Amino acid sequence: MKEFKYVITDPEGIHARPAGILVKQAAGYQSAVKITKGEKSADAKRIFGVMGLGVKTGEEVTITVEGDDEDTAITELEAFFKENL
Amino acid sequence: MITISGKSVFGGVSIGKLMFYKRNDKVIKRTHVDDVDAEWKRFQDAKDTAISQLKGLYDKAIADVGEANAMIFEIHQMMLEDLDYLESIENIIRTQEVNAEFAVATTADNFAQMFAAMDDAYMQGRAADVKDVSERVLDILCGVDSGMKEMREPCIIAADDLAPSETVQLDKSKVLGFATMYGSSNSHTAILARTMNIPAVIGLGEELLAEYDGKIAVIDGFTGTIYIEPDEETMKVMQEKRQKDLEQKALLEQLKGKENITKSGQKINVYANIGNVSDVGAVLKNDAGGIGLFRSEFLYLENTDFPTEEQQFSVYKQVAENMAGKKVIIRTLDIGADKQVDYFGLDKEENPALGYRAIRICLTRPEIFKTQLRALYRAAVYGNISIMFPMIISIEEIHKIKAIIADVKEELKKEGIPYRDEVELGVMIETPASVMISRELAKEVDFFSVGTNDLTQYTLAIDRQNSKLDPFYDPHHPAVLAMIKMAADNAHAEGKWIGICGELGADLELTEEFLKMGLDELSVSPAMVLPLRKRIRDCE
Repeated sequence: MKEFKYVITDPEGIHARPAGILVKQAAGYQSAVKITKGEKSADAKRIFGVMGLGVKTGEEVTITVEGDDEDTAITELEAFFKENL
Repeated sequence: MITISGKSVFGGVSIGKLMFYKRNDKVIKRTHVDDVDAEWKRFQDAKDTAISQLKGLYDKAIADVGEANAMIFEIHQMMLEDLDYLESIENIIRTQEVNAEFAVATTADNFAQMFAAMDDAYMQGRAADVKDVSERVLDILCGVDSGMKEMREPCIIAADDLAPSETVQLDKSKVLGFATMYGSSNSHTAILARTMNIPAVIGLGEELLAEYDGKIAVIDGFTGTIYIEPDEETMKVMQEKRQKDLEQKALLEQLKGKENITKSGQKINVYANIGNVSDVGAVLKNDAGGIGLFRSEFLYLENTDFPTEEQQFSVYKQVAENMAGKKVIIRTLDIGADKQVDYFGLDKEENPALGYRAIRICLTRPEIFKTQLRALYRAAVYGNISIMFPMIISIEEIHKIKAIIADVKEELKKEGIPYRDEVELGVMIETPASVMISRELAKEVDFFSVGTNDLTQYTLAIDRQNSKLDPFYDPHHPAVLAMIKMAADNAHAEGKWIGICGELGADLELTEEFLKMGLDELSVSPAMVLPLRKRIRDCE
């Protein structure tokens, strides 16, 4: 299992559009991808779950990846968050 | 004549026949099914059809409203493929042995409620998206064909509310305007109306009756009003308003790309004031030469804790990059006890306008100031950023600011973080004190920007929130104009430039006077840029 923490800088937080691109990205991995904010977690491959977290700008999320391709996934996802969120 | 008031989401006047958007009423009944596998399969087929329809809509939307706005239809596809959503539907079908329609409707309600319960207006608005996609599946399951009867002539579309998929399917060449009973200014319909430049009024409520279908109506998108079967007088007024608006828009269109120059050849820069990143689009659309005032307060007001350096950096960088080399003047934190920012822990004050605010907070709590300055100096690498300090009354304050800036640069250098060494620095001229010492201030900084709202309040000793004082308030008071002239003369004597970023800058009655004073820049709200350009070009 691999994880990283990230503080959202997109001024609108993870609203519909960013949630959409995140789900698309996460769906590309075999590994399970989990996004956690405070005590709430969601499967990053499910758009309702991700949007339901209501992540706002400046809030910290933890991304946890577990599975066969976790090494690639964690590197790519970290770059993805920096680039898009 | 019937008059109904709502909320305007896009200005303009349109006149035409009202046409009600009709949906085929579906009554969703709960029925027992024996073969749950077949029922689940029936749902999956309907879902696949819905997804292929959404793909088609996405392509149409890209052409009509651009990729960013079209993205919603891709999100809708994801919603239909969301495992939580699908599991809920499958569960209901299998465990309750019921029809797919009932399972979809129940699931849609549950998910919509989840969004409606969130503490964020934007997310609450997404309940409509869940309903929209679910309706599409239900239509397919029930075999009904929802939508608009063919529009033979241009009409004003009326509806309870329009889903994004419904808006985008309309024949744009025949839509004169939108009038809806419900909806928020965050709804996609509102956003699309703005993108398509169609006058729209929302939130008209239940007074907008379906029996008005086919009647002549006028939408006044400026005031958010709809007139049904307008009387002669109203019709005349509205036709004139529409004509004037069209002329104005056409005229302004001609002024785009033109110089801000008087008949005798005097030039002045016209910039725009903004309060959020989202305003940058309006700045570019109205052809402003730069951003004369970027109020950084929203970063603090919209947060529950101090915005981090990274958060600020990304906002400043984004604005600088979007302005592509044009000047972006960012004003540092201008907050006081009159603004609600709990985490600052400010004491209640008898007189917040004269209190612990703006630069006074920054100089006594340098950790807050340093975070902002670090973000600004880092972002300056990506564009043409200038920094401006509010509420200045003494030279000593400038010296303190410069010492803090030197520290910040030293830190960034040590940490090996890229930053721009030379950034243009300016002060707001908004206290009578700053005007009186403007010759000395001009030696210390690169530019002045006059904040006329505060300068007027402090010069005339008039609280602008107190309406009892209105009879005493003269926005063109000679004392204020003399203050501006004095600051301008002193700036120019030291070879520095001066602009105005307060409300007076947009006061077209004063444009000529400001040109005479030799001001170098006027910064106004984005919508005022082109009217001001026109005024300048009419001056001798």
